[in-house]
Amino acid sequence: MAALITVQNVSKSYWRDSFKIPVLKNITLEVPEGEFLGLMGPSGSGKTTLLNLVAGIDKPDTGAVVIDSTDIAKLGESALAKWRSRHIGFIFQFYNLLPVLTAFENIELPLLLTPLSKKGRREHVETALNVVGLADRMHHYPKQLSGGQEQRVAIARAIVTDPTLLVADEPTGDLDKNSADEILTLLERLNKEYKKTIVMVTHDPRAAERAHTVRQLDKGELT
Amino acid sequence: MRVFKLMLKNALRHKLRSFLTILGIAIAVLAFGLLRTVVTAWYSGVEASAANRLITRNAVSFIFPLPYAYRDQIAKVPGVEQITYANWFGGVYIDKNQFFARLAVDAKTIFDVYPEFIVPKDQFEAFQRERNACVIGSDIATRYNLKLGDLMQLEGDIYPGKWAFVVRGIYRPRDKTTDATQMFFHWTYVDEQMKQEMLGRGGDVGWYVIRIKNPDDAARISNDIDALFKNSRAETKTESERQFQQGFISSASVIITSLNVMSFVIIGIIMLILGNTMIMSARERTLEYAVLKTLGFSSGHLVGLIGGESLLISFLGGGFGLLFTYPFVAAFQAFVPKGWFPVFYVEFVTVVLAGLSALLVGVVASIFPIQRARRTTIVEGLRFIG
Repeated sequence: MAALITVQNVSKSYWRDSFKIPVLKNITLEVPEGEFLGLMGPSGSGKTTLLNLVAGIDKPDTGAVVIDSTDIAKLGESALAKWRSRHIGFIFQFYNLLPVLTAFENIELPLLLTPLSKKGRREHVETALNVVGLADRMHHYPKQLSGGQEQRVAIARAIVTDPTLLVADEPTGDLDKNSADEILTLLERLNKEYKKTIVMVTHDPRAAERAHTVRQLDKGELT
Repeated sequence: MRVFKLMLKNALRHKLRSFLTILGIAIAVLAFGLLRTVVTAWYSGVEASAANRLITRNAVSFIFPLPYAYRDQIAKVPGVEQITYANWFGGVYIDKNQFFARLAVDAKTIFDVYPEFIVPKDQFEAFQRERNACVIGSDIATRYNLKLGDLMQLEGDIYPGKWAFVVRGIYRPRDKTTDATQMFFHWTYVDEQMKQEMLGRGGDVGWYVIRIKNPDDAARISNDIDALFKNSRAETKTESERQFQQGFISSASVIITSLNVMSFVIIGIIMLILGNTMIMSARERTLEYAVLKTLGFSSGHLVGLIGGESLLISFLGGGFGLLFTYPFVAAFQAFVPKGWFPVFYVEFVTVVLAGLSALLVGVVASIFPIQRARRTTIVEGLRFIG
């Protein structure tokens, strides 16, 4: 299958005061379309940085990040924002829902950037809510939901625009075992039934078991 | 759900904080409106001045009179169209707290020179016929519930004795800046009384008011008039009505300047209040802005979101402030002694200034939080712990 993601000779460093800290060292990676990739590694190994580069929320110092034939490292800030809205669904460890908005409104947020009508947006949100099994909680605010439910709303927000790629940063890191299993089952479903390509960063070996492929990162290098 | 709704929800996220900020802005706008109104009231005499009127007074001081005999000489100066005169009468009506201007005037000419005092023809004729008749402003008539034919008893101080006047006319102001709190009666009546009762007090007027044909000739005519009485026992000083009125308020110029400065300091305070609120809000929402950026919202969207929230709060505060300015100004006017501010109203320009200030405050207060939100990268924002 053709590679949806091509990460080629990517390096990335951060500055802490006057110290340059290399985080990723000459990484090369290909992820085919429809893949469910797990990225594992100890803290500080560069997992999240790699995920951020793939999601287009950070830029490499050197190398190319090509997603679906677009070298996103070369896009300007505005173009990159548009690209993200069309191609990326991001799932955070701590859900990051806006507390002043209901579940419905949180899921609707990315659709505000599309030309969809109000009716069209409603249909998309209801479909996403049905996929994550939270149609009955659409008018609830985040504080009225459990952690697992919040994460399901966050997943609905990530899939509502039908993005090319889902990226998940420790999606079960803040959940109990049962809720984590539910979320992982949902991600598996999205991958199998809806053919979504998923890149997931995790510390949890049980979560990694659900992925088709697991790559290990250590000190900024893929092993 | 639209972005506006998110902006509204953000603005109301901390209800108490938003309420206090809006209240602070409203009070500041109200104070701004009141101070500007006081300054406007102070300048109302100047603003109401006509360009084609000159005032001739005693060169030593306004309180010293001029001979009535000057009238005909002044009238002959080329460019003079009409001349009238007046005397400050003073006196007490009811009690000393009831202050308004009481003037002994040339009954025949006063309303020709001051066309902004509109007197119905029949009332004007009645005023002419009766020696102890008077014409009062409509505000005085309202304040003391006076009607045509009513008697007004004055206790004289500059002109001692008891003076009774019959209300034969009530003038209404032509313009909003026209003082409708004055009382006019016959100079001749007062002068005759003085000649009879106090030797040497008759034959003087307080000042002359001259209507000229062409305002461009004002300087020349003023010089010509003053030249007529050079080295006389009562030298004159002639100036435009505007300069004359400005002379009255010059002694209070420090206070007026202070009020002006204070009104703009208040705008600065509003900026600090709202700026502080917006900075706190934006800092608390650093993570949320990073999430929005991750979802594809651009910096422009964040500018709209933060700037809109700031403008919404400033407009709500400004709107409430302006809304309460009107009743507050009315209450203030009722509270201060009658007659302090004959013309006291919220000028349209004050409303515009307050509105523009609210707009400016909204824009300026959002600059720093917008810059912060724009500069913070998504990665930094997602790591932010508030």
